[in-house]
Amino acid sequence: MQNIYSMQLTDEEKAILKGEQGEVMRKAMESIVLYGQIFGAKRLAPIEGSIHFVMSVGMPIFKPVVSLVDELIEAGLRTSKPFTADPRPMDFKNVPANFLEKFIFKKLIYGIQAQYEEKLYKIGLKDDKSFTCACYLEEVGNIPLKGQVLAWAESSAVVYANSVLGARTNRNSGLLELLCGITGRVPVFSLMTDEGRMADWLIEIKTKTLPEAQILGSAIGMKAMEDVPYISGLDSLLGNELNHSVMDYLKDMGAAAASNGAVGLYHVEGLTPEAVNMSRGLLKQGYRTYVIDDAELKKVYDGYPVMWKNHLAKPEICFIGCPHLSLRQMYEWLERFESELKATANTKLAVTTILTAAPAVVNAFTKDENAYSRLTGIGARLTSICALMYMNNPLCARKAVITNSNKLRTYTKARYFTDAEITAIAIRGGI
Amino acid sequence: MTEKSREFKGRVVMAGHLSGEAVVSHGGFNTLASFQKDMILRKKIMKCSDQNNTDIFGKVLSGKILCLPKTIGSTTGGLVLQTVASVGAAPAALLFSEEIDSLAAAGVILADVWNGNRIVTIDNLGAEFLAYVQQGQKLDIFDDGRVIVHE
Repeated sequence: MQNIYSMQLTDEEKAILKGEQGEVMRKAMESIVLYGQIFGAKRLAPIEGSIHFVMSVGMPIFKPVVSLVDELIEAGLRTSKPFTADPRPMDFKNVPANFLEKFIFKKLIYGIQAQYEEKLYKIGLKDDKSFTCACYLEEVGNIPLKGQVLAWAESSAVVYANSVLGARTNRNSGLLELLCGITGRVPVFSLMTDEGRMADWLIEIKTKTLPEAQILGSAIGMKAMEDVPYISGLDSLLGNELNHSVMDYLKDMGAAAASNGAVGLYHVEGLTPEAVNMSRGLLKQGYRTYVIDDAELKKVYDGYPVMWKNHLAKPEICFIGCPHLSLRQMYEWLERFESELKATANTKLAVTTILTAAPAVVNAFTKDENAYSRLTGIGARLTSICALMYMNNPLCARKAVITNSNKLRTYTKARYFTDAEITAIAIRGGI
Repeated sequence: MTEKSREFKGRVVMAGHLSGEAVVSHGGFNTLASFQKDMILRKKIMKCSDQNNTDIFGKVLSGKILCLPKTIGSTTGGLVLQTVASVGAAPAALLFSEEIDSLAAAGVILADVWNGNRIVTIDNLGAEFLAYVQQGQKLDIFDDGRVIVHE
């Protein structure tokens, strides 16, 4: 292990490392100092926003996570600001589960969910509406400002905070972000520095029309991996205003880039905050170029493996909303389904279709009684769970699930389709 | 060192001296996807369950020396590594050809600081290391970051 005192630390930080604020705080500080030193951080910076915590599920197999949280509680420690967390894993009212699945979810896989949530409140969880991967949406309220120093995990939230909002966070692992929140400090390296935010790749978009966000993000992620891409040509397709529609597009593109690769920050020419300010001055010397045209996107899409045993299976569930949908996207999906149902002379969706969004977004949508009754009227369901957590078990993994999420496709056996394809499949009931 | 062995030198992230058998992932190692199946089944010896990783899918990871460029995937990666280490099912060592990534770094730190479980870790061993080392080869790892690959 490296010498933990080689970083420039304040007297208070040194005192914490000597155990003057207790053994648990010492271990929290030691963890983040070691973490920073591995990546050449020279100092710790005070955290300016709330953390976003990725580990929201109470799984007995994650004993060390629960033990660490217990140690924090016993030491009387909590984050300086209330935090948000990733979605809950279960919602039997809105997401189908048979008796055996319910038993396995409640008693085995997520057997300590309620107790774990109680523990999270004790260390600073904001409230029971805070369970979402899209914590940065207006209705949820964990919205960092441009330039603000953060410590977030959850890859889709990290890439959004960095790229669309211009905040500064590394792509932290679960628990590290919590320890940063407990100590109120974060090591400064990589995406938190001006140098680390420079682009390694120029991505030239040369498609005839606006690409599917989830496939474009996938292509970018698989090429750039954890490098920083600078994307040109998208502004001519999306426009030059960073409005809600564009932000939603970037949300989904970024989530795909973060999960199909490990992108933590991208710049979009003429749109995202740093690209607007610095334009191609963000490109590093010796940057590489990747041209994305329609043929390249088709190649990427055609390369996705189908993990179903029976490729022609009838879809059982359709998940839309990974990452969680914005309120605007919920209305968009309602209108898309209604329009296609009308065009095909149908009245109901043939596949159990589940839209996932933050609890506060679902609340806002259900308050619009007309829209809510139209959505449920066509057979769609609303939930705030994490589709990934639902799929990550041997029983549900066997189901023929379709999705428009490239993240869900990557981590589970769910099969990806474009928005237009999934709309048609959800209505006709077959691939 | 014999004629049929080759030495590489990297940076020590978590020091240790051990010998073991190589498991080699030429692409990014998805920590959650690799361990999740056997974690849920509470296996003592865990095999790689990431079907996208054709190099090591189905191979035993527990107690082996995992040679890789980086880890990729979910930001739960660090706590997954910490958890498998806590039940004695982690790789004995991680040998990175590139600089370690933030998720793996968090994992080996969490395991070490909070649970006293050392996963010996060396990074920056170079692309040549990953091209040279083969599945099942015997490796010796030293405290100073040296790695000897035996043919």
